[in-house]
Amino acid sequence: MPDKKQDLIDQSLQDLNNDSVDRRGFLKCMAWAGTGLVWTMSGGVPVSRAFSKGYGKDAGKGADFTFVQISDSHIGFNKPANPDVTATLQTAINKINAMPQKPDFIIHTGDLSQLSKPSEFDTLDQALKSASAKQIYFVPGEHDMLSDDGDQYLQRYGKGTKGSGWYSFDHKGVHFVGLVNVANLKAGGMGSLGHEQLEWLEDDLHGRSASTPIVLFAHIPLWTIYPDWGWGTDDSEQALSYVKRFGSVTVLNGHIHQIMQKVEGKVSFHTAMSTAFPQPAPGTAPSAGPMKVPAEQLQKVLGITDVNYLVSGRSLAVVDSPLGS
Amino acid sequence: MTKNKFWISGVAVPVLIAMMLLVLSSRVTANAEPSAPAAAVKIDNFVFGPQTLTVPVGTTVTWTNSDDIPHTSVSTEGVFKSKVLDTDEKFSYTFTKAGTYPYYCTIHPKMTGKIVVQ
Repeated sequence: MPDKKQDLIDQSLQDLNNDSVDRRGFLKCMAWAGTGLVWTMSGGVPVSRAFSKGYGKDAGKGADFTFVQISDSHIGFNKPANPDVTATLQTAINKINAMPQKPDFIIHTGDLSQLSKPSEFDTLDQALKSASAKQIYFVPGEHDMLSDDGDQYLQRYGKGTKGSGWYSFDHKGVHFVGLVNVANLKAGGMGSLGHEQLEWLEDDLHGRSASTPIVLFAHIPLWTIYPDWGWGTDDSEQALSYVKRFGSVTVLNGHIHQIMQKVEGKVSFHTAMSTAFPQPAPGTAPSAGPMKVPAEQLQKVLGITDVNYLVSGRSLAVVDSPLGS
Repeated sequence: MTKNKFWISGVAVPVLIAMMLLVLSSRVTANAEPSAPAAAVKIDNFVFGPQTLTVPVGTTVTWTNSDDIPHTSVSTEGVFKSKVLDTDEKFSYTFTKAGTYPYYCTIHPKMTGKIVVQ
């Protein structure tokens, strides 16, 4: 198995150096190596292209604002896949701080901690203090609500939120909604939003102009990527039915520790890399456990996502950057 | 005399040895009797193994997490609930009543298992 994985990674890296690779092929290999990807959406037509170093320098230039998504920091994890997750989180923060356009805020899409321990949350908080963006929005991952029904998480990161930690806010004309799909999970199921949260979401979006750009973010993907591994949300269809009438919808998730993208109508789905350790592509391993890669390749499969929003063109560009670039 | 000698060396000694062995073995049996039956479920690669475990009433089942990722073992019907099991941590529960006990990992609910107590 390790040889097979290595072959796949090598193949992905080789593909990335080959400019003639088509979009489908590119997206496929991005799931493994993620040296970066840009997509812009204009009038419902998605365009994606490789993220070159040149583009990276200009990323965010001319955008009305930029924000960054980080995910799956798993502070407290100390196994061979990455024995120092605090260091890689710090590398991610340093990368954010070096961005040419300072992001307005950071979104963390959950699994802040490995075991919901106070000491793990403390370490995360300490690291995030060094981020240039002071405003950080969180949603919990299943690892953040392990032993106390999420009380610890809600006390620290969920002030003013509803239910198990959901909320919305507006920023420069864009409506952001943080959803929780890791609470009260049922045997045999995947992620779940639950009736109460769905009702709240419908109400929250009600009466908003269809031209308002919407960004939904949650830990577990809000589209079904791989049910065998629980990579999806049982009642996400209903949530997505509420955003269908909007002209621009972006859905940001974590949980699967790799980049996956899908565009369906005016809804663009995107999952982020982890700052801690990679996970295998769906079905390529016996389970979704941490994927061990050679130490020198680790920073290529961890990373951050920055999102540039341009009001005039109503376009939104998502740029994934690995830590090691 | 020779007959007696033969009896002692040929029959009495083996019989004595056999009797000693019997005493020893019965002691071993006597010692084992009070300890309750035990069974194990191994959590490996996001799977409870065996997925269905059948045990007699009074069995103590011990779950061990062999993954690098934490799991739980929680009864779907609220009968038992482990704390979060990190790598190599264990949880035990003694089943005193016959029945079928479905359970799952509350962190990864796709992981399900069943204990059948007879």
